[in-house]
Amino acid sequence: MTEQNNKNKKASPRKSIQLGLAVLFGIVVYAYGFQITKVDLEDLRSERRQESLTRVMRALAKPEIFEYEQEEEIVNAPVYVTCPASGIPALPEPDKSGPYLIITPACAEPGETVQVEGFSFAPNVSGPLRFVPGSDPTNIVTLGRDNIETDATGHFIYEFVLPKRSSEDVQYIRATLKQNVGVPHLTKTAHDTWDKIVETVFLALLATTFGTFLAIPLSFIAARNLMKPVRSPLASIAFSLLGWPLGIVLGYLIVRFVEGISSPFAGNIPINLVSIVVAPALMLVGLRWALPQEEITKPSTSTQIMRWGVLFVSVLIGFYGFFQLASLFKNFGQMGMVPLGRLSFLGNFLFQTGDIVGIITPALGGLAAGGALSSFMGKIGQRTTEKLSPVNVKLFNIVFATLAGATVFGLLGLLVEWLYQIDNSFYTFWGPVLTGGILGLTLASFTKPKDTLPTGLVIYYITRTFLNGLRSIEALVMAIVFVIAVGIGPFAGMMALGLHTIVSLAKLYSEQVESIMAGPLEAIQATGANRLQTIVYAVIPQIIPPYISYTMYRWDINVRMSTIIGFVGGGGIGFLLQQNINLLNYRAASAQMFAIAIVVASMDYISSVLREKYV
Amino acid sequence: MLQIKNLTKIYEGGVKALDNVSFDVPDGQFLAVIGLSGSGKSTLLRCINRLIEPTDGQILWNGEDITKASPEEMRRIRRKIGMVFQHFNLVHRSKVITNVLAGRLGYINPAWSLLNRFPKQDIQKAIKQLERVGIADKANHRADELSGGQQQRVGIARALMQDPEMILADEPVASLDPVLAHSIMKHLEDINDKDGVTVLCSLHFLDLVHRYADRVVALNLGQLVFEGLPSEIDDKKFKDIYGRDAERVG
Repeated sequence: MTEQNNKNKKASPRKSIQLGLAVLFGIVVYAYGFQITKVDLEDLRSERRQESLTRVMRALAKPEIFEYEQEEEIVNAPVYVTCPASGIPALPEPDKSGPYLIITPACAEPGETVQVEGFSFAPNVSGPLRFVPGSDPTNIVTLGRDNIETDATGHFIYEFVLPKRSSEDVQYIRATLKQNVGVPHLTKTAHDTWDKIVETVFLALLATTFGTFLAIPLSFIAARNLMKPVRSPLASIAFSLLGWPLGIVLGYLIVRFVEGISSPFAGNIPINLVSIVVAPALMLVGLRWALPQEEITKPSTSTQIMRWGVLFVSVLIGFYGFFQLASLFKNFGQMGMVPLGRLSFLGNFLFQTGDIVGIITPALGGLAAGGALSSFMGKIGQRTTEKLSPVNVKLFNIVFATLAGATVFGLLGLLVEWLYQIDNSFYTFWGPVLTGGILGLTLASFTKPKDTLPTGLVIYYITRTFLNGLRSIEALVMAIVFVIAVGIGPFAGMMALGLHTIVSLAKLYSEQVESIMAGPLEAIQATGANRLQTIVYAVIPQIIPPYISYTMYRWDINVRMSTIIGFVGGGGIGFLLQQNINLLNYRAASAQMFAIAIVVASMDYISSVLREKYV
Repeated sequence: MLQIKNLTKIYEGGVKALDNVSFDVPDGQFLAVIGLSGSGKSTLLRCINRLIEPTDGQILWNGEDITKASPEEMRRIRRKIGMVFQHFNLVHRSKVITNVLAGRLGYINPAWSLLNRFPKQDIQKAIKQLERVGIADKANHRADELSGGQQQRVGIARALMQDPEMILADEPVASLDPVLAHSIMKHLEDINDKDGVTVLCSLHFLDLVHRYADRVVALNLGQLVFEGLPSEIDDKKFKDIYGRDAERVG
């Protein structure tokens, strides 16, 4: 024991060398870093850089938010550049009742210095001193004296060099002194900034809301602890894989059929109104009958078939209701847009919502039918596996795994064809079909007939890969794609931010799901709850606080992101900011930066208050 | 009648938690499961409702093999087996009444529980169960506002909501003080006596075993080392169960 202590105390030469090498390595790394990032203060020292830096910093310090109405005092004084040979003609005495200028000498050669003295101007005002050529009075020459200032008595004295504009005629020096009058008011920049910052905040709000809604379900299938126990036999997997495309196609067709029934009455508001009351009521009655709340004994087969039928019809009625609701929204929205005046955005909201509902309902129907058929066929697969003898299960597996593999790969091939337009059906259809079939066949041959496969983990890994892949694309890059899809404007920015919110929140959420307490989960499972019920009653209550705080945090990120998403045409304040920076209009840019800072800071404050209250 | 036949559980990594365990439990019996920590008591109880998948062996309950049940059959079996846990395993942020109602999930159509709806008679039943364990006044409190003893009563009420034919209690009183321990055990005894529910209860203290159990099985390193009446545990048997260096304290 003592020996070991001694050993630890004394640094061995080996360790010293290692430490030395590590330090050396560190120095080399940073040295190379300096080289790569071109660390160089030489430029900073140059006068030109320092001058522009000072100018920009001063402009940034004076955001263009308030301004005064200005009154100009313009005073001209004659001057001869090259003294005329005949001597200076008699000049009229300056009118000393108002402000006036005295130039000494009254004539000089170009490039010579003259002195301008101003009297009786308003005190403490400023403005440019310029040269007005006699031949062309509109072509005013700046003299590098754009900001002369009067003292408290309204007097100034400056020297300047005459420009190379010699002329026989009389020419003029003009002082234009500007005076602030009245009370300060907001500039146009301030108004524009306000408009755009409002757009920015709402863009962030919508992106966060949509992102959150879609991230929640994704986060469950990206959580290892929920997915790991999900295992199913091969036949069940093969059946549900076949069920998805079949269900999506069927569901889409059926919902389009319902849409066909609904569309003749689309413009008829009374029918819309009646439909959206009657359809949900009918659906609810149907669902209540088809899905009894509690069931102690197993129902007979005929009852079950009846229930499936009623369920199907109820869902169709529900979709009809959806379409009618969409039409109603559109009708009301259109009616409301004009008479509502300033509140016409409510009408627009109704109309757009109706449009969205109308568009996504068939997609939703397809997905729902796909999910339902897939889970139904999965159950058939499960039952078959339980009932058949191992040899038959094996045969069954081989047939359907081959079929499922071929279908999935064939569909993927079609997707590849659509994306890359290879136009060779061997590569994009028959090849994948063959590969998929062989893969399915191999899997089925090597799997023991009644074994279960880790379906959950496979889905988990696929979801994770998908999320990580999309997450690595910055919202700014996504915005470029969406600008192409929906045009320049805040909508593109919202879509880009929303998509990025979905994938990054899904990841953060799923890590929270992974860290919940396992005890309540176990207890709820022990009552006989199925997976869905376990999530609703054991997982969701535990993850509400972290979900709220992550959503807040994301909103904060989205506000900040939405300020720059305008750089690529995604709307919001970024567009103005970039424009002003490019026009070297730093005072306006400064106003926008201030607006961003204020919004971000107040967001942080609000979210901390909300967090304290609800978490 | 619950029959455990040659039950074996080997965890990933090769730990043998249960080694060829066989015993029967007649309906309505109060069976205590004893043994050192790590002897396999929790694994045994969790194999019965398949929270843990057994590696080998059979569990027959009223003639049906639980180990072979499909997911749907399992749902039907689990809802008849209540479970009570050492750490209560309540959902902390939910209300007490919601925790109790969760006991009905095995009966309720999952589509409706998505909407967080329970039938009226279930809500009345939940209140009744809370009254039975004496904390009806806490129904609308959050579960984590309750003390340990109260939380365990909620756990029992949740198990009762299942209309159980059997209750698995995994060291239900190990995190409670002796007075509370007796009150919780009395509730279990009451359920066993009045409702005729079979109770399998793992326990640490032998005085509780003597006081409440009809019969005892003892595990040591996953093997069944004793099966019989509580009164049959003499000093020699005690050392077989708990090891040579153990001393009786209660």
